[in-house]
Amino acid sequence: MKWIKTQNNKVLDLNDIPLLDLRNLRQEIILESKEGKRVIGFFGAKEASLIRLYVILADDKNSCLLISSAIISKINSYPSITNEIPAFHAFEREFFEEFGVESSDHPWLKPVRYSQNRFDKTQKIENYPFFKMEGEDVHEVAVGPIHAGVIEPGHFRFMCNGENVYHLEIQLGYQHKNIEDLFLQKNKPLMHLAESIAGDTVIGHSIAYCNAVEALMNIQISERAELIRAVALEMERIAVHIGDLGAISNDIAYLMGNSIFGATRTLVINTLLEICGSRYGRGLVREGGVAFDIDENLSDRISKMLDTILKSVKIIGETLFSSSSVLSRLEKTGVLSKETALEIGLAGMSARASGISIDIRTNHPWGEYKNRNTEIITMKTGDVYARAYIRYMEIMQSAEIIRDLLKKLSVCKDNQLLSAFQHKLKSNSIVVSMTEGWRGEVVHTVLTDESGNISKYKIKDPSFNNWYGLALAVRDNGISNFPLINKSFNLSYCGNDL
Amino acid sequence: MIEYILNIAIISVYPFLFIGIINKIKAFWGGREGASVFQPLYDFIKLLKKGEVISSTTSFIFNITPSLNLAAVLFAGLFVPLINQKAIISFEGDFILFAYILALSRFFSIISAMDTGSSFEGMGASREVSFSTLVEPAFFITIASIAALSGVNSFQNLSLILQNTGETGYLIIILSIVVIFMMILVEGCRVPVDDPNTHLELTMVHEVMILDNSGPDLALINYANSLKMILFSSLIANLMIPAGATLLNASICFTGIVLFLAILIGTIESGTARYRMTRLFEFIFLMSSVSLLILALTMIAIYESPVGVIK
Repeated sequence: MKWIKTQNNKVLDLNDIPLLDLRNLRQEIILESKEGKRVIGFFGAKEASLIRLYVILADDKNSCLLISSAIISKINSYPSITNEIPAFHAFEREFFEEFGVESSDHPWLKPVRYSQNRFDKTQKIENYPFFKMEGEDVHEVAVGPIHAGVIEPGHFRFMCNGENVYHLEIQLGYQHKNIEDLFLQKNKPLMHLAESIAGDTVIGHSIAYCNAVEALMNIQISERAELIRAVALEMERIAVHIGDLGAISNDIAYLMGNSIFGATRTLVINTLLEICGSRYGRGLVREGGVAFDIDENLSDRISKMLDTILKSVKIIGETLFSSSSVLSRLEKTGVLSKETALEIGLAGMSARASGISIDIRTNHPWGEYKNRNTEIITMKTGDVYARAYIRYMEIMQSAEIIRDLLKKLSVCKDNQLLSAFQHKLKSNSIVVSMTEGWRGEVVHTVLTDESGNISKYKIKDPSFNNWYGLALAVRDNGISNFPLINKSFNLSYCGNDL
Repeated sequence: MIEYILNIAIISVYPFLFIGIINKIKAFWGGREGASVFQPLYDFIKLLKKGEVISSTTSFIFNITPSLNLAAVLFAGLFVPLINQKAIISFEGDFILFAYILALSRFFSIISAMDTGSSFEGMGASREVSFSTLVEPAFFITIASIAALSGVNSFQNLSLILQNTGETGYLIIILSIVVIFMMILVEGCRVPVDDPNTHLELTMVHEVMILDNSGPDLALINYANSLKMILFSSLIANLMIPAGATLLNASICFTGIVLFLAILIGTIESGTARYRMTRLFEFIFLMSSVSLLILALTMIAIYESPVGVIK
């Protein structure tokens, strides 16, 4: 057996994972990827003194996941997969950085983060040879890592000819906090860690964490808790999407959009505050369920809030997307074609804007989403307009979902919020937990050892796939359009730096 | 005499209020209360009290530019009639000196931006140069046509256009107002040409050139920039106010027109997005085309008139 089939949140025994020869595994990966499977995990875990490489591919059509592995011993290089399947490039770079196992003919084996827990500590970002362009009329513009405004650190190096960008090289890793290893600590409140992986996807990451450990503890959470989690996830999506539309308006100096979307976003996050006491949803999702209830009264207030925000989002959205001066800025800016997006393995909302139909809520549903059929919204053009308009449509869709969830909540007889559980994880197991955060698929993979402790915690935020998409989207655009294109992706720095 | 005093008062106060009103209008359209209209003045005073940080890579050019910039704009301001169509200094062909004094100030702000050695500021300087080379012809074609047709040879006589040219004059005045208004947007670095509120260095034109300036220098630059907008606004005002108005009427009209322009600019900034950098040239070419229209009208008027109107 070359692959083992599993599903989102399904626990497997580690001994059941096929163990192949590395070259064999490489052939298998290339074969499966050419049949349309997507890589969502490619990471190593220390096993005794050896390194075991795990590969997880997602089969979106059949809602299943394929897992396989290889033991790496006595070799420090293998022929790269990236050359055949470019979507692997970031994964292979990460694997190389962590364990020093080189994929020999990788076109761009640059460390992802220059982190302190890397294999070769002598390599420093100071000595890294950035891409260079030669020529009389070429110039470089370096931006960051410290930026104007309150945003996270990242270094951007543009190679320009006048206003035109030939290539953008992005260097991240300035926020690396080694969060994956922090998950290996015993008797620590890991829930809080999960909430802090990326500040803008609190709910998305905490649900992914909870689903994983709940599967490992083999507990079923109550229907009510599932509903409340889904409400929170959709509210997070609405809040961030509205905020992004405001930020996009701000970048093109469309004042009205900025102020009205900004004010509307506040309504949404203030409602989250009413539910759980935090505007970003911290403290709501807990192992075994949720910590706060949505009663009749609160449910009414949420519906009222939805009415208000939908009204203003519709009015200003229609004005925004019909204003010629706005459209002239958004259309054909930062185009990422479907072919490129597929090739580099773009994830989530940005991928849907380029016409790729993936949404974990539909393709690999969990919890409440198993009971519903979420329509996947896609656009065709893959430009800033598509990424802005898809947000507008997803706000509407999420509002509908919340209304439906609230209806279900009102007839839900089950009043239990937190299920009782024993904090004992199934030993020697692996579970892959995926959720659809507002930016796209959030993947948490958890491995446990013989005594039931977490031995490897692997996180993949959609930003990890999409940063390279941003670099490609900027090519052949004016450098003055970069902030707008960047905002249309709105990627997380700490979700990538981990 | 009283006109001179009023003119000096306008030069020193109106620029702040002009920006203050634009910001207030933008706040209004954004559904916010907004800062007081005197806020730019408070900011100016605050900046004057501050210290300065000067990059060690800069030379004396960077140090003298803000003062030189303001001096040039103030000097140019002497030729522009403000209240009651009276400029402080006026002579034949003063508009040529006006244009080139402003060009001098621009030249220094550009080389001062290059002086800092920052890749951002070089980028801003290159944008500024490309725009101003296109704006200059539009200004001269407009002014030269007016001069040729109406015999108006200095800013002070702008109001004589109607008197000298009759009906064609109305058309020319309307078109000139369009050209000069677009010039305010370009020279004042307002939306849709530039975004004065942005924090994104890569998209800036004017703002990015002054990234390294701080404290009193920044205060002078901001003041000079808003003064430039007032000067162009007063050109519009003087095209509209008929000759022979009393001092009181002229003052009220002048203030009213400037106020209206501030409100108009604020409203435009609220309702439109900024143009794409490459499309800005279309905007500036539009300005040049309107000025060519003025030239064409002038030609027609001159050749149709039996005696010729050139004096």
